[in-house]
Amino acid sequence: MVHHAMRTTDQRSQVGDCPTWLLKHCGVAMSQNVPAGAVVSTPDGQTIKVSDRPQTSWAKSRERLGWLMVLPSLVIVALVALYPLVESFRLSFTNARLASAREVENIGLRNYEYLWNSDTFRIAFGNTVKFTVFSVGIELVLGMVIALIINSQFKARGLVRTAILIPWAIPTVVSSRLWAYMLNDNYGVINDVLVNQLPRMFSWIPLVGDNIAGIFPDEKIAFLARPAFALPSAIAVDVWKTTPFMALLLLAGLQIIPSDVYEAAVVDGASKWKQFWQITLPLLRPAILVALIFRTLDAFRVFDVIYVMFGSKVETLTLSIFTQNALVDGDRLGRASAASVIIFLCIGVFVLIYTRLVKVEEV
Amino acid sequence: MKRTDRRQASIGLLRDYMAGRIDRRQLLKSAAAAGVLLPVLSIMRGASPAFAQDASPAAGGEAGSTIVVPADLRTDLAGATIAWMGTSSQDADLPFNEAAIAKFTEATGINVNLINGESETNLRLQAMRQQFAAQSSDIDVYQIDIIWPGVVAEHAVPLQDQLGAATDAMFPGIVEANTVDGDLIGIPWYTDAGLLFYRTDLLEKYGVEAPTTWSELEAAAQTIMEGEQAENPDFTGYVWQGKAYEGLTCNGLEWLVSQGGGTIIDVDRNVTVNNETAIAAMDRAATWVNGISPEGVTTYTEPETFNVWTAGNAAFARNWPYMYSASQESEATAGKVGVSPLPKGDGAEDTSAATLGGWQMFVSKYSENQEAAIEFVRFMTSPEYQTSYAIERAHLPTIPAVYDDPAVAAASEFIPQLKPVFEAAVGRPSAQTGDLYPEISTVFYQQLNQVLSGSKSAADAAASMESDMNAIFEDE
Repeated sequence: MVHHAMRTTDQRSQVGDCPTWLLKHCGVAMSQNVPAGAVVSTPDGQTIKVSDRPQTSWAKSRERLGWLMVLPSLVIVALVALYPLVESFRLSFTNARLASAREVENIGLRNYEYLWNSDTFRIAFGNTVKFTVFSVGIELVLGMVIALIINSQFKARGLVRTAILIPWAIPTVVSSRLWAYMLNDNYGVINDVLVNQLPRMFSWIPLVGDNIAGIFPDEKIAFLARPAFALPSAIAVDVWKTTPFMALLLLAGLQIIPSDVYEAAVVDGASKWKQFWQITLPLLRPAILVALIFRTLDAFRVFDVIYVMFGSKVETLTLSIFTQNALVDGDRLGRASAASVIIFLCIGVFVLIYTRLVKVEEV
Repeated sequence: MKRTDRRQASIGLLRDYMAGRIDRRQLLKSAAAAGVLLPVLSIMRGASPAFAQDASPAAGGEAGSTIVVPADLRTDLAGATIAWMGTSSQDADLPFNEAAIAKFTEATGINVNLINGESETNLRLQAMRQQFAAQSSDIDVYQIDIIWPGVVAEHAVPLQDQLGAATDAMFPGIVEANTVDGDLIGIPWYTDAGLLFYRTDLLEKYGVEAPTTWSELEAAAQTIMEGEQAENPDFTGYVWQGKAYEGLTCNGLEWLVSQGGGTIIDVDRNVTVNNETAIAAMDRAATWVNGISPEGVTTYTEPETFNVWTAGNAAFARNWPYMYSASQESEATAGKVGVSPLPKGDGAEDTSAATLGGWQMFVSKYSENQEAAIEFVRFMTSPEYQTSYAIERAHLPTIPAVYDDPAVAAASEFIPQLKPVFEAAVGRPSAQTGDLYPEISTVFYQQLNQVLSGSKSAADAAASMESDMNAIFEDE
């Protein structure tokens, strides 16, 4: 809508009383610019002098109409995106509270100073970066493998493609609860399989069976409690859940690569491996970048997967959970806003880097 | 059959049931045969939430039958109408409290509209805050959680002049937690406190006494755990609440206070948590993890504790009193549960400590019928009401004398055992921290959880607690 309106206002040259866009309705070829004052002819033999008079009131009202049509969108964008953003910035410099009669004062950079000095915030920042890098990285590799597999021709491809999306379709709260249950140290199925079932299975193999069974842990592992396992467990659940989404985005990219490129490569004797590195990957780059932008922004704001599994545990605290704690438990609207602004700025940096990469690609 | 005979018959049946001599089906059958089904159901509804669903609606007719209206209520306020944001609509206590209101109205002429509150604590506080923000006079009386007096004090009618005398008969620790800057914000209605649960059968099997100190608990848990693990590898010594949430603040406060480590923040708002005794107490708890307690205990809340306990997989547990009657529902623990105060430190001056829970009655300063509202609070917190609430609904009284009532003991034999616990009950530092309490508690449980999971030393965590809590006060 915005786009149309802009075009109407840019093209000011007139034919008689008509704006240029009307010329085409008279059959005048629009391949070249029509200067004001020129005379053009229509296919049916008539000539039209392009007016050099200033814009007519009719065109003006049309332009106004254009703006009027765009206005609701602009208002909505301003209300739902711009206002909260500006308000967050403003609040981040105050000591505002969510539900208290205390007076709101401007305290300058104190909230930011507090965050800078807070160990917990620093840990949350580190966790968020670790979570983002590892979950997105692993999802990219696994998603690529899955995309390549379901892009090849085989029976029941449609079925597999649908089935693979199931983890993505389950609501995060539900899947996180399920995983928390499965990872439980006392009654979780994963520990049962690792400690009891698998060793029993392997011990049936003659000669080497006991050695293989010995690889598995003797004691159940507290995946959710032991600090070294907590964040990796959260990353694993996120990978399980979001890899299908990554695969879907990459698959869309794979499907627009023309097959004749591969045919030519085969004629030239390029191996499958070489085809992947020389053809698939370079041509897939725009799709990869889009997928990375989507996933990085999502991962950096991660809340639900971790909060449901770990609550406010510091070893798995992320920036979003820190913000939620500050706002809901601490009642500190100002400090929570400052934390949100930092998340926003970090994401801004990511987007800048990615869009720069996309631009380089286009040149 | 006379009324007293019926009562004896039902209590006898319930005893058998509680002791595991008969199961629930037999209990109901025998009760029906003896013509005491209604009283039995009514008592069981109090003792066990699970039972409430089985009870027929007809049993509700009995609710509140034991309520006696105190003689000293004012009758000159007849005709006034007040609103109480009280018992939630899903709560099995509802018929009892509706009956209580009817008796109150009959005696005083004051009409009470029961507005069903939210069943979830946080939502209830949100609803209150909305009413307060609008300075609404729609609700006169609220019920408040033990950690809220500081949060809602600015909206309260101070009650010390009218009801201060009545609170003299109550547990001092609970009254203390309701006092903010010398003002009595809430009147204790019923209470809750942390308790030690133990398996009587296992103590007997291994010949150990119920522990009174943490050292004894550690030794007993170790002995029983080692013995039981031969058959049941999932068996553990001691389960409690170690997840990073409010429940860990309750557990941690008990460890600190019972070993002389202070109450995190003293009454003058000084942060006291960074002291050697407190650090030693935290270190001690950290040694339980992956020792007498499962490694996963740092992710446990009450339901996880309950699950491990009722599965018969623990010798000891720390939980709220509700677990006693709920344990009788599980085959592995029915009739094998003992309760006692939580253990204390080894020092001669150390005493057992139990973190306080429970609910209070609160009068809004925006009320236009404050006199009538106060009269209603007087009734709802009276010894007469609390006795009935304990008998019919198994809620724990805030008045020590009620624990000695033989009728209470007959209905729920575990209640009298809990009296010493409340005599030593300790409040979370919510009164002196006011609306900063949730933030203070978050710092405490997040740091303590890191100590338990081994990410941080207790000394570092205590130092962080001190500086973070001081920062919270500075940034107020």
